[in-house]
Amino acid sequence: MTNSALVQARSLRKDYGRGDGLVRAVDGVDLDIVSGERVAVMGPSGCGKSTLLHLLGGLDRSSGGELWFHGRRIGQLSERALAEMRRKEVGFVFQTFHLMDELTAQENVELPALLAEVPPRAARRRARDLLERVGLADRAGHLPSALSGGQRQRVAIARALVNEPVLVLADEPTGNLDSAATLDILRIFESLHATGQTLVIVTHDERIGATADRLIYMQDGTFTDETTLVGGTRRSLSTLIELEDSTGE
Amino acid sequence: MQQEAVLAMLAKEPARAYQLRARLDDALGPLGEGLNAGHVYVTLSRLERAGLVMVEEPGAAPAGSDIKLYSLTPAGQERVFQWLSELNWPKPDLAEFHLKLIAAAAAGLADPVGIVSAQRRELLHRLHDAQQAAMGESADSDASLLLEGVVLRLQADLRWLEACQRTWASRRNDHRKGER
Repeated sequence: MTNSALVQARSLRKDYGRGDGLVRAVDGVDLDIVSGERVAVMGPSGCGKSTLLHLLGGLDRSSGGELWFHGRRIGQLSERALAEMRRKEVGFVFQTFHLMDELTAQENVELPALLAEVPPRAARRRARDLLERVGLADRAGHLPSALSGGQRQRVAIARALVNEPVLVLADEPTGNLDSAATLDILRIFESLHATGQTLVIVTHDERIGATADRLIYMQDGTFTDETTLVGGTRRSLSTLIELEDSTGE
Repeated sequence: MQQEAVLAMLAKEPARAYQLRARLDDALGPLGEGLNAGHVYVTLSRLERAGLVMVEEPGAAPAGSDIKLYSLTPAGQERVFQWLSELNWPKPDLAEFHLKLIAAAAAGLADPVGIVSAQRRELLHRLHDAQQAAMGESADSDASLLLEGVVLRLQADLRWLEACQRTWASRRNDHRKGER
């Protein structure tokens, strides 16, 4: 593999069921993600995009093809090594936040660090810094139930970052959020991107897709279209609306 | 943009062209960046000729000067009220694109799916620009609300294009199966 690719997939496949009930959820996908890239994957429900994300993050094992992550072949890792990789090198953000209800925001963020054997003091400091980064320093002691959906997702993003993962994977991160909260999450992704964080986001939301560097469309387990959204010349924003005087003389 | 938008900005109090221009800039934010600097001046002189605005103390300022103070005439006032109560709304202009796809498919001149993909990329770039601009605005700015509208419209258009893509792709597949 080339050195610049953080993730490289070749003919990656994931099947469910067998015989007549066989479903190729991911059906021969080739993908290269370079370090620092922000990639969005869009497609209809059931197109395989979430399954793909699970494969990339080592939450699930492929049925065929090859997948390299950070220089290692995932298929050859033991369960233990895979779990270690998930814990330390990958950060996950889910649509439904997956926070622990009985832990405060601060404790939720600390938890993965403690599980990765980061000393408690360092974990606390990291969690505090991250909550500040997502604009929730003043909510650190709140339980998730006392937070809005957007705030919960920001806690979840802080938690995903606590072990300084090389890759952050987000599955419909704004699926349960309103317009303003979505914009907050987009701003956080933007700032992560600016610090060089590699991000892969699976989404239904065109707003998220359009802020990625690269947008991939998926259907029936395969990539059907790809658009590069960075680079190119930026046009005047006024071309987005009708400003000309239509009653002109 | 309608002349009435400029006219209505005079409803609160008489103002000078550069003041209107500044208000327009605030309201439009980055979306107003390409607006011709002379637009407000041209519109004001048109409105003046139409008898909807007048220059206060016309002798006090040299002709064409920036410091002319404009105010609404009674007719202008009436026009503003009328404008505020109008139910005009831009209609979605989708028929042209729709007909383009149908013509392309019927004549076999181009692949409708390819046309949809190209159009989708174009709209994604626009959405990208609008979303970047929205992230740069503070939540309480007037322009952020306008940008949200632009973003949501583009999102709706992209969803329609997705439906176009799905339909034309499956028609193409059915057609190919039929040939086999």
